[in-house]
Amino acid sequence: MGSIISVKDMCLWYGNYQALKDLNIEIPEMSITALIGPSGCGKSTFLKTLNRMNDLIPGVKISGGIYYEGTDIFSNEVDVSHLRKEIGMVFQHPNPFPMSIYNNVAYGPRTHGIKSKVQLDEIVEQALRDAAIWDEVKDRLKKNALGISGGQQQRLCIARALAIQPKVLLMDEPTSALDPISTSRIEDLIMELKKKYTIVIVTHNMQQAVRVSDYTAFFLLGELVEFGKTDDIFSQPKDKRTEDYITGRFG
Amino acid sequence: MAKKKKTSTEQVIRSTEPQGINLDHRKKKQILENIVHGIFLLLGLIAVGCVLLITVYLFISGIPAIHKIGIVDFLFGREWASTAADPKYGILPFILTSIYGTAGAVILGVPIGFMTSVYLSKIASPRVKSVMQSAVSLLAGIPSVVYGLVGMLVLVPGIRKVFNVPDGAGLLAAIIVLAIMILPSIIKMSVTALDAVPKEYEDASLALGATPIETYFRVSVPAAKSGIAAAVVLGVGRAIGEAMAVMMVAGNVPNMPDSLFQSVRFLTTTVASEMAYSSGLQRQALFSVALVLFMFIMLINATLNFFLKRDGNK
Repeated sequence: MGSIISVKDMCLWYGNYQALKDLNIEIPEMSITALIGPSGCGKSTFLKTLNRMNDLIPGVKISGGIYYEGTDIFSNEVDVSHLRKEIGMVFQHPNPFPMSIYNNVAYGPRTHGIKSKVQLDEIVEQALRDAAIWDEVKDRLKKNALGISGGQQQRLCIARALAIQPKVLLMDEPTSALDPISTSRIEDLIMELKKKYTIVIVTHNMQQAVRVSDYTAFFLLGELVEFGKTDDIFSQPKDKRTEDYITGRFG
Repeated sequence: MAKKKKTSTEQVIRSTEPQGINLDHRKKKQILENIVHGIFLLLGLIAVGCVLLITVYLFISGIPAIHKIGIVDFLFGREWASTAADPKYGILPFILTSIYGTAGAVILGVPIGFMTSVYLSKIASPRVKSVMQSAVSLLAGIPSVVYGLVGMLVLVPGIRKVFNVPDGAGLLAAIIVLAIMILPSIIKMSVTALDAVPKEYEDASLALGATPIETYFRVSVPAAKSGIAAAVVLGVGRAIGEAMAVMMVAGNVPNMPDSLFQSVRFLTTTVASEMAYSSGLQRQALFSVALVLFMFIMLINATLNFFLKRDGNK
């Protein structure tokens, strides 16, 4: 299976603190890659580097390269807006805009220049269907998005990310703020989305990594300790530290 | 069985405590607590009492003149000649001047204040932000007589030269002074509202490929719109209630405000400039002018409360 994102010798510093050390990883296309590791190991930082959301934090320095479909995302020719259209993101806490459900989903397409009402209607419906929330909200598209439940809000955020037709979806602990039932619905949804998108998901929940992911990367203290097929990582880890972590000896 | 045991332990606890001192202590504390409550209530009532007193007083002293002059003649009379042999008490010129002056100040001041607050809240570096915010606070602290003085010495001659009119003192000068005077309230309150927009909204917008500027205007500003609207209303209240500065630059002649360079008089300045030598019906009419001004302010406060409440309910 081909890789859609390849990371070569990437390091990242916050001021003088080195948060990521010499990462090399190939993210396989049309599959789910889980990033696991204890808090502060750099997995969320790494995720945010992939769509350059770290650009917003003052004092961040990055060396090495990240190649998305062969192009270095840090090169001057890359339009960040375009990159983020290709690589969408879902955040840890559901963060719908304080506007109607419809306008939340239509925000991205409008930003990228789609004005036709007919076209927007179509995109919004498709995105909401793909995020498995259409049936729950189709009668109240004009209602404020803050009025629906947390689990629904998160699926709405996924729909919002899908509406700009990205190729990659980054998810930063998307279920950590949700109850078990909402979590299981989102997990089902993630596995369904794999058919059309490449997904990179940060998770603290090892069972979740086992349940949903095809590949797993284990991070520790800013280093990538081990990367491979999820089944292999969890049944026969090569590194002692990985084994200690997944068997619950630390973290 | 269990119940019995509980009562016996309670008894044990009670009997070990020195009952007399404890009760006395508690009672004293309770009394002190009540006294302090009472003092706070009294202090709170002072403010409420003042408002009530002023309201009642204004109505009592403002109604008779309106009654005598006739409400239509008073509110819609186009001529004010309080010291003439055949006095006329029409306050339409003042009402219109106050409305035009305030509207002009809002048209000039709101875009500047709004853009400044977006810049301060979202774009400016922390250092620039802190310097500019202190400057804005200072602007709010300058006494209105100083605004009037600077307006008289700089603005009025400036308008005379630039527009080539015989006298620079008039509606335009008042509008410009008021626009500057309402900037601090608008900027401070809008910045607070914009700062309170959760960063998650902005992150979500940026992650969808929107540029920072698109994000500020399409996500942050709509999310802060109640606060910004309240800021504008606050500015309106400040502009309509201002007396000293506009008295010094508006020319202070009771004309209808038919041009920007017309020498005019506001509701506030009418009261301020005539009260000292007024008597009889003229004096009563001035109270009525104050009553009209008071009604405007009440209306503005109600609007402000509406916006703030709506914000709070969200």
